[in-house]
Amino acid sequence: MKRTHLIAVALLGATTLAAPALAQDSIYVQSNAYRTGPFSGSGTPVADGINDYLTMLNERDGGVGGVKIKFEECETGYDTKKSVECYEQGKAKGSIIYLPWSTGATLAAIPRAHVDKIPIMSMAYGLSAAADGSVFPWVFNPPTTYWDGASILLNYIAKQEGGLDKLKGKRIGLIHLDAPYGKEPIPVLQNLAKKYGFEVLLYPVPAAEMQNQGALWLNIRRDKPDWLYNHGWGAMNPTAVKEAIKNNYPINRLVGVWWSGGDDDARAGGAEAKGYKSLSWHLFGQNFPVMQDILKHVHAKGLSKTTKEKVGEALYARTVYQGMMVAEAIRNAQRLTGKKVINSEDMRRGLESLNVTEARLKELGMEGFASPLKVECGDHNGHHQAFVAEWDGTKWTKASDWISPSKDEVRPLIEAAAKDYAEKNTGWPKRTEVCDPRS
Amino acid sequence: MDFLIQTVWEGLVAGVLYALIALGFVLIFKASGVFNFAQGIMVVFSALTLVGTYEKLSQLGFKGFPAAMLSLVVALAVMFVLAVLVERVVLRPLVNQPDIILFMATFGLTYLLIGVGETIFGGNPKIMITKELGLPTGSTELVLPGLGPDGRNGLVLLQHIDIAAAIIASIMIAGLATFFQYTRIGRALRAVADSHKAALSVGISLNQIWVVVWFTAGIVALVTGIMWGARSDVSFGLSTVALKALPVLILGGFTSIPGAIVGGLIIGIGEKLGELYLAPMLLGSTMGRGVESWFAFFIALAFVMFRPQGLFGDKIIERI
Amino acid sequence: MFYREAGQFKTTYRDDMAVFPILQDRIGLLVIISLAIFAIPLLGSKFFISSVMIPFLVFTLAAMGLNILTGYTGLISLGTGAFMGVGAFACYKLTTYFPNVNIIVWILASGLFSAAVGVMFGIPSLRVKGFYLAVATLAAQFFLQWCFVRIPWLFNYNVSGAIEVPERTLLGLAITGPRATPEVRYLVLLGIVALMTWVASNILHGRIGRKWMAVRDMDIAAELMGIKMLPTKLLSFAVSSYYCGVAGACMMFLWYGGGEANDVFDINASFNVLFMVIIGGLGSLIGSFFGAAFISSLPTTLKFGLPAMGIPITGATAEHMTFIVTGSLIIFFLIVEPHGLARLWQIAKEKLRLWPFPY
Repeated sequence: MKRTHLIAVALLGATTLAAPALAQDSIYVQSNAYRTGPFSGSGTPVADGINDYLTMLNERDGGVGGVKIKFEECETGYDTKKSVECYEQGKAKGSIIYLPWSTGATLAAIPRAHVDKIPIMSMAYGLSAAADGSVFPWVFNPPTTYWDGASILLNYIAKQEGGLDKLKGKRIGLIHLDAPYGKEPIPVLQNLAKKYGFEVLLYPVPAAEMQNQGALWLNIRRDKPDWLYNHGWGAMNPTAVKEAIKNNYPINRLVGVWWSGGDDDARAGGAEAKGYKSLSWHLFGQNFPVMQDILKHVHAKGLSKTTKEKVGEALYARTVYQGMMVAEAIRNAQRLTGKKVINSEDMRRGLESLNVTEARLKELGMEGFASPLKVECGDHNGHHQAFVAEWDGTKWTKASDWISPSKDEVRPLIEAAAKDYAEKNTGWPKRTEVCDPRS
Repeated sequence: MDFLIQTVWEGLVAGVLYALIALGFVLIFKASGVFNFAQGIMVVFSALTLVGTYEKLSQLGFKGFPAAMLSLVVALAVMFVLAVLVERVVLRPLVNQPDIILFMATFGLTYLLIGVGETIFGGNPKIMITKELGLPTGSTELVLPGLGPDGRNGLVLLQHIDIAAAIIASIMIAGLATFFQYTRIGRALRAVADSHKAALSVGISLNQIWVVVWFTAGIVALVTGIMWGARSDVSFGLSTVALKALPVLILGGFTSIPGAIVGGLIIGIGEKLGELYLAPMLLGSTMGRGVESWFAFFIALAFVMFRPQGLFGDKIIERI
Repeated sequence: MFYREAGQFKTTYRDDMAVFPILQDRIGLLVIISLAIFAIPLLGSKFFISSVMIPFLVFTLAAMGLNILTGYTGLISLGTGAFMGVGAFACYKLTTYFPNVNIIVWILASGLFSAAVGVMFGIPSLRVKGFYLAVATLAAQFFLQWCFVRIPWLFNYNVSGAIEVPERTLLGLAITGPRATPEVRYLVLLGIVALMTWVASNILHGRIGRKWMAVRDMDIAAELMGIKMLPTKLLSFAVSSYYCGVAGACMMFLWYGGGEANDVFDINASFNVLFMVIIGGLGSLIGSFFGAAFISSLPTTLKFGLPAMGIPITGATAEHMTFIVTGSLIIFFLIVEPHGLARLWQIAKEKLRLWPFPY
């Protein structure tokens, strides 16, 4: 035992020593990533987007506010255990933000983050209730929550069916990964089902059975739901698309949440996947100045880990958007504190005063790419609008108008859930962080 | 009624694939007494090699059926090299070790193959080259007069790839049976399965036989990989599906090829019926979802209480 | 030279049967314990304690549990992860119902539930053995995992299906929950591990342990000698699952601090613990420590240690490397020393006794 201890101490002592020796002229951002394991199909484009965007800022502008961003990935393999390790690593190395990239990892980190004072950004994933900034000052999940997603989906279906009253008697199926991520929309769907009189059918997919969905789709064939909402991730999505085609389920009635709308997910279905839908809050493709800049400053210099064609694909573009939010928050924090190199507590203030207007989007080269974004002190999400995208056989296209979630329905549920969370976690800290005045 | 037929058909197809994975296990267990946990990852690895090679070839402008065939040959060659390496590096130094040690060694092999596979091919799921290999796609709707709900016509969907899978599996099993029954190597193989020592003493090279079985298991893995890959996609997640072959093994017996096939079919059909009929009836439609993940094990467990050696396994005789 | 037993006379049978008959061993043990109690919390960084030491201790418990079953009784189990999960959920339920009882009591009590479940799934061991049994225990793994997801009562109807670890204190210090410092959690865990190791050592050196080993070496012969299979095998399952259950509760409450439980206690956890037992050494308590230290810290070392030492390695490469290195090392160890690290340790001690002379 002695010897192993010594080796371990020697090896990991190195980690200890190296940790604080960070250059003070850069801002350290660590993100979880999974380029390995059964979820890597989704994890890889997601990791590439933010990496390329932040690299582009470093190359083009020399960072944010004149300070370079040091971006590093921490591999988790979508394993909650490893993500806890990555959280500790990020904390030790002074990451100003924690980007969990898994709802399970977010849940594990929320209590810690409130003690360690590290803001978590779970962009449109994680605990929906965390949108309540008065209870969760350290968690940010803009631009929209899973609960909003479910509401947007219902509004879309209502539009297709001809009104919210037409939802009565409809059967809406939810295929979901049997993990916190997949379960997240269930309460709001069930709640709204009572209100509008439709029926929710649940089709859980355990992680081990992601690629063995035969029985599940037989169930779907028997139940014949009118619409299917896909809350899948990783290898589960392409399999679901394929099974839908195989089982003659009308593919244009299969709608994925934003994370189920990867290009590779739809591509797996071949030509017949045409018509597969997914929610999204930004557009796709390389035609935006920001994507051109990435191609010019990152790809041309060989600094990217991905191929040129992947730039601007759905999941990639989504984390370019995330990179934008992180960079904007840093900029805000620099403005609010007057410091160049900010710490995690400054970052929280920066995130809380995020306000990306139409004009700002244009400056960022994202005009028409996404709609404006605003985060408030009490509302860490914003409940922003999204649209339904459709796979046209080769790429994702915008297939509906922007649809807003029914905030009056979702918000009270979120506040109730946040209250419940604080009660169950005895000794949950009361918010003491002061709100910054809006500029 | 038509839904029941559909369920049984789906179970049958899944069962064929489980049986194929189990077959790989049985081959190796019979010949070398190794419980080869790496069979599942061999399925993934061989399929990845196939698709990965095809991708490389198509980047060079070489596409279509000939390229797919070339990739197939490459994949087979890789499986052969793997078999030789396994025999040289793993099996030979571990001769005469207890079973559990050999079992653990195949765990090591599993990890090694995952690591090497992900390094070479990356973690991205790949799409199986079904069309390029000349395998059928699409489906046929079978109309069953009067068998549907309320006396309407019933409808059963048959996927062409599933039919092809069943046919190819049967051909392969028939081929293996012939190979074991009538060739010299096949006879040697059966001799080794009966007794290592006796086989050695009549001049059969154990090392050679091991390479042969591991290669055969590799071929079986490749076929399985193509079929599963065509159903979903090729990625490392598939190796968890391979665990489903384990209840097939206890049901059929570790040493019996017919056992693997019959066991596979029973498990495949049983778990679909369990998931779609039994569980909703007993547990309700929300609770009863997903019993598929353990139902197969329970069938096997219940069974093994009555017949510890499985359906067709050799009777266990113990001596002191 | 220093490690020699010359001059240490055993004058009673008691001395002769001692677990550590040599004085230097006893001193060494004291040194290690005091290092573990004082040096590590004082000198180790928070990251080192929370990401290396705590996982190591948790897995040591689990590996000890599995070693009792596999190493001492000869029954292979692939359901360790699920048994750990039972412990975690039991502890969670107990502390929600009785929040005023000290959490350490519940951590130790949660193992009992796990033991009960373990006995239930151990029944097939009376009929089958070897790989058949291993596959039978997989039924436990998948069934229990399904329960963890499908029975909302287990996670208090939490919408995300996650366990929320409340703050519990000991002598006014938070030992669970986000406010508990790594040092405190580590010391609590160290106490539990020390206690459980002592108990295990006593069970294994006593009558029960000897019965288990007789069953392992040849169960029919053991039966003929009058050892009843039913109580012996089931007791082994019970004790083993108890250890795993406590490990699971510790994992959730002292290491993780809540979150989703299902993917933590999956089949990979079972496999990992099995590796620890095999690499450490079947049928050896100290081997459980070695195995756990090796397997649980290897990925962390590769992922965080190498970049910190200046060797550039990306996360994904480290992950691939972990797989390759773990795989190769498993094969390497099995070829070089199938009895694991514990055997190497023993050989080293033998050599040390004679050193500096070759024999």
